[in-house]
Amino acid sequence: MSASTAPTVADGIATGPQKKRTPVRPARVLLHVFLAGTALAWLAPLLWAIYAALRPYSETSEKGYVSWPDKLTFDNFTNAFTQSDMTHYFVNTLIIAVPAVLLTLFLSSMVAFYVSRFDFRVNLFLLLLFTAGNLLPQQVIITPLYRLYLLIDLPGITMSGKLYDSALGLVLIHIAFQSGFCAFVLSNYMRSLPHELTEAALVDGASVWRMYWQIVLPLCKPAMAALATLLSIWIYNDFFWALVLISTGENMPITSALNNLSGQFFTDNNLVAAGALLTAIPTLIVYFLLQRQFVGGLTLGANKG
Amino acid sequence: MTKTDTTPEKSGNPEAAVPPPGSAHAPAKKPATGHKRLLTKRDRLVLGVMAGLPTVLHVLLVWVTALASILLAFTTWDGIGFDSIKWVGLENFKELFTNNPQFWPAVEHNVVWFVVLILIPTPMGLFLAVQLDKKIRFSRVYQTAFFLPVVLSMAVIGFVWQLVYNPDTGLINSLIGANEPGKYIDWIGDPDLNLWAVLIAASWRHTGYMMILYLAGLKGVDPSLREASSLDGANEWQTFKNVIFPTLRPTNTVVLVVTIIEALRAFDLVFVFNGGAQGTELLSILVTSNIIGESSRIGYGSAIAVVLLLISLVVIIPYLISTFRKERRA
Repeated sequence: MSASTAPTVADGIATGPQKKRTPVRPARVLLHVFLAGTALAWLAPLLWAIYAALRPYSETSEKGYVSWPDKLTFDNFTNAFTQSDMTHYFVNTLIIAVPAVLLTLFLSSMVAFYVSRFDFRVNLFLLLLFTAGNLLPQQVIITPLYRLYLLIDLPGITMSGKLYDSALGLVLIHIAFQSGFCAFVLSNYMRSLPHELTEAALVDGASVWRMYWQIVLPLCKPAMAALATLLSIWIYNDFFWALVLISTGENMPITSALNNLSGQFFTDNNLVAAGALLTAIPTLIVYFLLQRQFVGGLTLGANKG
Repeated sequence: MTKTDTTPEKSGNPEAAVPPPGSAHAPAKKPATGHKRLLTKRDRLVLGVMAGLPTVLHVLLVWVTALASILLAFTTWDGIGFDSIKWVGLENFKELFTNNPQFWPAVEHNVVWFVVLILIPTPMGLFLAVQLDKKIRFSRVYQTAFFLPVVLSMAVIGFVWQLVYNPDTGLINSLIGANEPGKYIDWIGDPDLNLWAVLIAASWRHTGYMMILYLAGLKGVDPSLREASSLDGANEWQTFKNVIFPTLRPTNTVVLVVTIIEALRAFDLVFVFNGGAQGTELLSILVTSNIIGESSRIGYGSAIAVVLLLISLVVIIPYLISTFRKERRA
């Protein structure tokens, strides 16, 4: 956190003098007190989790959690990491998230290209289908999906021999579900690109694929970057699909594996806190590095549920 | 291109490229109709594959399964073999409405979930956005603090808040001295308290989300409006009420839809918290427990999913109609 607050604080100071110099007004001071207080209260649960994770179990079981620390250690973090084989679950998540993000972007950009650059009669219907699909609560489709995944045999392709309980299954549902959102955002974005671009290419005899790959797609980079950031965080954070569609603990991605882990650590809150925080670290890193893209993506897709 | 569109490609800065929610449907130019005639056969084939492949995947996994849910809701099925599927008409629904002690509480909790989110974190998010929009110092720091929970997974949020709510080791009980046997306040277990406890955690996250949406909306407000208003002698509150807030209408629509959908989707937090035990039942939890629980009552689970689907469609359909009508008019 401190790494990222430093530049932003500097930002604030840098923009300070640009404003018309305002005398220190009591209202402003009050506002800062209010915002700082609320911000601190907002961070309190997280700070509390960090504090709990930094303390040895023996100490808190003796003195209680609300007490002055005798010593602070990273032992809980290292224990949670090694005892629970977290690397394994992080790798599981990567195996799911990387292809899911890339393929979602690729496939939905093709649909978006189709509906936004041509005026076929099905366009509106297609776009409606994708957009509405993404707004449905996941539980609406889970029962048949679960059965479908159990029915599809993939011997030799997935470890489980089925679509169920496989990374492939999760990748597919992530693509199918998230492409609705991405297709909607990207088609809006592509529509804002001047039509002359593709028209000229078409007249010059460029193929449709070239128009997509060499003209439209490169122009969509900002939107794609924003969506990629957003999708990475969402897919990384997914709990529900993995909970229902994965049965072997070994195959679980990190977020749902945490649920099992907390069962193992049942009595040791400090260890659970450390585990939960470790799970959150990758998303926090992505967020702090790509804050603009992430927030940008959210508001690009403000139409999403 | 006569329309003054927000042309995002002009600036390399992705954040500036973000159109405010309202203009996401900015008037788009109708493609020239002569366009299609220039396409070769091969082009048409390529286009067909480009749109077809993703559509098949999406339709198969999302829409076919949604339809299957509707069909299965009128049957009983233990999930083993197709011959055990039996048509039972409205039986599942009848049982659900009259004979399931968890159903009506779940519906009620979903409604409460929405009401709380729209009444507390949403105005709070708007308020914070208005304050942070004043270009004050440290704005980014505050923004980050409020937004941080949105980046975390709901499951992680559940674990973090358990550390706050635990009866014997939690922060609240330790602070108020209720962490000794006999004095416990069971925030997670008490059916009168647990829904509110979860909702505090949900609101904690929702506030930051709403704040960002409103900040984006406020960015789109024409500064000259504000200037004109202050020249007319309006104070801050009057300016907000009469000038700024009305221009946020598109954002408000989005916020409303997002909040309803979030309330219908609520799942992870409760699942991690107490598995949707007494006091925190939700429709989503009831559907899921029919799949991953011991009882494999496919038809019955589907009936609950259909109720959830119907409620969602009441929101989704009008929203899409208004969104796409705007687009067509353009």
